[in-house]
Amino acid sequence: MGHVTIDPNDKLAVMIEETGYDDHFHEHHHGDKYQSGFIGHYIFSMDHKIIARQFLITGIFWAIIGAGMSIIFRLQLGFPESDMAWLKPLLGKWITVNDGVGALSPEFYYALVTMHGTILVFFVLTAGLSGTFSNLLIPLQVGARDMASPFLNMLSYWFFFLAGVVMFYSLFISTGPFSGGWTGYPPLSALPQASTGSGTGMTLWLVSLTLFVVSVLLGGINYITTVLNLRTKGMSMWKLPLPIWAFFVTAVLGLLSFPVLASGFFMLIFDRGLGTSFFLSEIFINGQALDRVGGSPILYQHLFWFLGHPEVYIIILPAMGIVSEVLSVHARKPIFGYTAMVLSILAIGFLSFIVWAHHMFMSGVNPFLSNFFVIFTLIIAVPSAVKVFNWITTLYGGNIRFNSAMLFAIGFVSMFISGGLTGIFLGNSAIDIQMHDTYFVVAHFHIVMGIAAFFGMFSGVYHWFPKMFGRFMNEKLGRIHFWGTLVGAYAIFWPMHYLGMAGVPRRYYSFDTFDAFKHFGPMNEFITISAIIVFGLQLLFVINFFYSIFRGKKMTERNPYGANTLEWTTPIEAGHGNWPGKIPAVHRWAYDYGKDGKEFIPQYVPLAEGEVAGDAH
Amino acid sequence: MEVADINKPLTFRNRIHPWLFALWISFASIIMMFGALMSAYIVKSAAGNWLEFGLPSQFYISTGLILSSSVCIHLAYKSFVGKRESSFKAFLFAALALGISFIVFQYLGYQNMFAAGVDLKANVSGSFVYLITGLHVLHVMGGITAITVALINAFLLPFITTEKRKIRLKLVCHYWHFVDILWIYLFCFLLFYK
Repeated sequence: MGHVTIDPNDKLAVMIEETGYDDHFHEHHHGDKYQSGFIGHYIFSMDHKIIARQFLITGIFWAIIGAGMSIIFRLQLGFPESDMAWLKPLLGKWITVNDGVGALSPEFYYALVTMHGTILVFFVLTAGLSGTFSNLLIPLQVGARDMASPFLNMLSYWFFFLAGVVMFYSLFISTGPFSGGWTGYPPLSALPQASTGSGTGMTLWLVSLTLFVVSVLLGGINYITTVLNLRTKGMSMWKLPLPIWAFFVTAVLGLLSFPVLASGFFMLIFDRGLGTSFFLSEIFINGQALDRVGGSPILYQHLFWFLGHPEVYIIILPAMGIVSEVLSVHARKPIFGYTAMVLSILAIGFLSFIVWAHHMFMSGVNPFLSNFFVIFTLIIAVPSAVKVFNWITTLYGGNIRFNSAMLFAIGFVSMFISGGLTGIFLGNSAIDIQMHDTYFVVAHFHIVMGIAAFFGMFSGVYHWFPKMFGRFMNEKLGRIHFWGTLVGAYAIFWPMHYLGMAGVPRRYYSFDTFDAFKHFGPMNEFITISAIIVFGLQLLFVINFFYSIFRGKKMTERNPYGANTLEWTTPIEAGHGNWPGKIPAVHRWAYDYGKDGKEFIPQYVPLAEGEVAGDAH
Repeated sequence: MEVADINKPLTFRNRIHPWLFALWISFASIIMMFGALMSAYIVKSAAGNWLEFGLPSQFYISTGLILSSSVCIHLAYKSFVGKRESSFKAFLFAALALGISFIVFQYLGYQNMFAAGVDLKANVSGSFVYLITGLHVLHVMGGITAITVALINAFLLPFITTEKRKIRLKLVCHYWHFVDILWIYLFCFLLFYK
């Protein structure tokens, strides 16, 4: 396509043609040649919009598997005496049947817990969340034709896919997948003879996650370069919509922290395969002293958590960015304190690098050193509180549309507060003596970075679904999904706080034999039943998602929400290059809602004569 | 970095080419990777059970080799921009040869260490040296692959100095200088950190 014909009745297209930025994109005769075939278009696509959908659908696949695993181990925890023989067709030898009563094998219970964590943290909430929305929104919202390197972007997805294939394969090997916890601490991870999952299962876990690190790095390099280099005319950093700021800082965190994890993995691989002792010292195994000495398992923990802590912000920051945008659009109000929002994202990003040892208060770290980490951990509450305050103030007095996207965004704020407050408990090293490794920790991180991040993700999916598929998701099902999940999630995790305060340790297979914990049986049953209901509601979401791709209400106008950002200026079926003609130029920030008597003024509209820009910059 | 043709249509308003920018960003993550290993080295060395040993003499030679290789690739780039075909090819070839010999001398250095009783498993201090330098060699191999592709292109493609070929050669150069500087830093660290 050489020239684009503009429909003179299409005011938006005319305006972009008049005021937009001409990058001579369509003068090259590249056409859409690599998009013409099915394989080039949908499989090995280099178009960021397709890659975003690939990340999302792969993420949904993994979410179902990871959540399904949690249902199986919740059955064990809620109904330890019950007959699980009916699971034998699915789990095979991991269900042992004695006198007609089937029981889940403890080894596999640990494998399920480990895989649940690994899959949800890395495959769903890292790749599925930031992979999806960074890919979809960065080029569209900054006004770029595509990522800086579409080729590396494609590789990023396929490395993720390969990582998934390897991890999936490890679920089916005879010794089972890795079972030493998602953190992969040595010596369980370093000695193949340490447990059933520590052999081939752990090897595959390492291969898979190393591939995953490559995927994150390739993606991150692209996101950063695109945000810094490919912004359209007029789009200064201070005019960026908040999701882009969040994705940008997320990418920086990933770029700086994942290589450290890779280093830890290399040392672990050496320990496992080449006989070094980076992490091994004074170990007795099967009654024999291991002849490898001189290493330190704590060293691995430092390397792991140097990634591990920024990782939780890699998960939550994109959700925060999405929520900031959705709240503002559907409250029809400018986001409150844009500058403070940006600065708090940066502050959280910076602080996330100097708090890692708060995961290690009880693993032999010098208590004086802990004080340092306590202080910085608690300081994170400040930028977090700034964000919460700004979200609530954005809602205050707003003309709120209670659609699914908005409900999940508000639900995110609720979850983030509930989970964030318990973080203040755990951040204190003294309280951590009682709380560490209990269900209190489980409740804390599931609410603040599990449920909250999922709420951010759902909010984004409902909000940008029309952008991805040209159709809307079913609102009624969406609201059932929201209310059920909100109530159900609290029903699952609220009681866990009590379990944790009573000292019930996490990761235990069964509490039958402990007198102190026996009376929590009914509470565990309640949690399990809630988990099953919530899981069912997520399946409802999945059905809604796939049904709506094909049968959802069609999107008939470009900007159905009356939003200001640039992604709503592309044609409904945007081809490669996103805009058929010029790229819209940007004249204002993304949050001019209710200004000068107008409901909204999109970013591409030039400032009227005498108009003062809505933002501080 | 071999990049498919379809990337071409992306156009930019800025002075620095986004691919070059992306390469620099990737340096940050490589630095973090080695930074993690060096931090682990420092922490572990302070914890005791640490064998002190001198680095093999071959490492000094390989340092000279990679330095001169870096100089060669710089001259190759200058020749390319200055449209001097034969000196471009000669310097590029020299850079490749010196790069390969760097790896050979690293290997000889390992043999020397092994002969002196510092094998991979003997003590964590030795394991660290093998791991850190080995990981660096892997990065050098990546650079050698890139130079090889550049050299094949130099001989197969007609000698035209387009912007696109300039930027691709520049990517190779910057990466090569980076692994060079990285080696010098690692070498000094392993040599002087006590």
